[in-house]
Parts: sequence; C-alpha cells; structure tokens
Amino acid sequence: MLKGQSALVTGGSRGIGKAIAVELAKQGVNVAVNYSGNREKAEEVANSCRKYDVEAFTWKADISKEEEVKTMLKEVTSAFGGLDILVNNAGITRDNLMMRMKEDDWDDVMNINLKGVFFCSKAAARTMSKQRSGKIINIASVVGLTGNPGQANYTAAKAGVIGLTKTMAKEFASRNIQVNAVAPGFIATDMTEQMSEEARDAVLSQIPASHLGKPDDVAHAVTFLASSSAGYITGQTINVDGGMVM
Amino acid sequence: MADVEERVKGIVVERLGVEETEVTREARFKEDLGADSLDVVELVMELEDEFDLEISDEDAEKIVTVADVVDYIQAQQ
Repeated sequence: MLKGQSALVTGGSRGIGKAIAVELAKQGVNVAVNYSGNREKAEEVANSCRKYDVEAFTWKADISKEEEVKTMLKEVTSAFGGLDILVNNAGITRDNLMMRMKEDDWDDVMNINLKGVFFCSKAAARTMSKQRSGKIINIASVVGLTGNPGQANYTAAKAGVIGLTKTMAKEFASRNIQVNAVAPGFIATDMTEQMSEEARDAVLSQIPASHLGKPDDVAHAVTFLASSSAGYITGQTINVDGGMVM
Repeated sequence: MADVEERVKGIVVERLGVEETEVTREARFKEDLGADSLDVVELVMELEDEFDLEISDEDAEKIVTVADVVDYIQAQQ
C-alpha cells in the first residue's frame, strides 16, 4: 500500500528511528535517514533499507537549525521527486531533577525535541501542501501526557509535540495532510538497557502487559498512520505502551 | 513589465485552480477567487520562489488583489 512512496525519518540511525526506517522500507517506501552524529550507524540503517529493494540514503543535519533543515528537505524532495511521509523521531534526553536542571539542559532538549519538529514539519508541509497529500508522524512519549520526575525538559517538549500535532492537523487538513503522534511507553532500546534491575522492575509493575515494548511495536503504529488506511485519522496521539497510560 | 503580470497570473491560475479569465488585475484573492488564508500563504511562498524575493508578513497582509501583487513585485525589482 505504501510501495513507491518516500519518507524522511529524523534521528533514524538507531533505536526507534532505525526500526521505523527499516519497517517503512519493508513496505516498499524509499527512505532518507537523517542523523546528527553517527554516520556509520546511519549508513548501516540505509543498507538495511536497501535490502528491501528501495532507494535509501543518509543525510546529516542538526534539526534545531532551520537552514540545515531547509537544505535537507530540498535534497530529500528532489532525490525522491516529492515527499509523502515525514517521521519526526529525533530526540534527546538531558534528565535531572527540576531544581538541579540547567538552562542548557532545558534549551538543548527543547531545541531538538520541539523546535526541530516545528522546522522539519514546516519545511515538509511546503512540499506536501503543493502535492495535496502527505503524512506527518511525530514521535512523542507517554511521559508527555503523564509527566515524569527528572524529565521536566523532556516532558514539556513531548507535551508540546502533542499540541503542535493537533494544530498542524487542523491547519493542514484541507491540504490532505494528516498529522498524528505516536507516544511510546517503555521501549527496549540502548537507553532502557542501562537501567538498573530495580528501576526496570519498578517500570514493569506499571505496565499491564508486564513487558517492555520493542522498537518494532512503535514502527508498526507509524506505518499504519503513514498508510492510506489511516486517511481519516488526524490530530491523534496513539499510545504504544502495553496499557501503561489510558 | 507585462511579463511579471503574466507570470503572476499563471501562478494564481495554477495555485487556486481558477480560470485565466477570472484573474483580472482587480480580482480580489479571497472574495473573487475563493482563496482561503492558507491559499494566500501558499501563494506568497510560491511568488517568493518564482521571483526570488522575500515578502514580509506585513507586506503580505496588504495584498488583496492581483494588481497588489504585480505592483509589489515590480516595485521590488
């Protein structure tokens, strides 16, 4: 259903972004993998995508810089002759308790996790609105809905992404662009691997499904939202969290 | 500078999906050509690309008719 379409996945070199890029490729989508630092990892992801007989390439850009984003979107759009799907996945954490959180920690997270979504979506919307079709999928987080001690910056940014999703959905609906968010719960990635067993057990006790999610669980929700099956769904946030937040 | 006017009209026809005969100098984008506010924003962006200029929000707000656009671009060039 998605065969021959094109997508840009920000922060696509590892974790959830990697799973999304590869899953889209599996569905026959040409994929541009954006990364900020790790070119090698990003190239590996592009290689994995090409196994499914699609076009794939990597593009380095700091999404918190509008000029870099504009250039990236121009390149991606001209390489693929348009852009059907934007997945705003790139995100960072700079956790600390509120009273110890530095201004830089706040700004870095806001700039990447929220402003970056604004820049990428703004640039993509230009192409998509001309096409009169497009899908923007923002990777939020359930902590953007619930709050989480130690993540004032991250939760504020993710809540911001959910609000931005709704506004974009309203602004772009008449252009046949659907904008939705996917809010992962606890997904097994490099980040959660590092948790202590105690912290892990504490998290698991909050998950009715009583196991962590996989990056693929998130990727499947994204590919559904990217498909024409989800054409009448816009402005929504789908939690992929084993029932943690309802 | 008929060239500017022709190019502007061409963009308006394509973007708003209206007939060329409707796009007179006096035609108002919203009232006569059925543009909504998003159409106007898209039109401004396309004109910026086509004529390689930047139209500030303040100036964009003053645009009502086709002639406003043509005159504005000619004044900028």
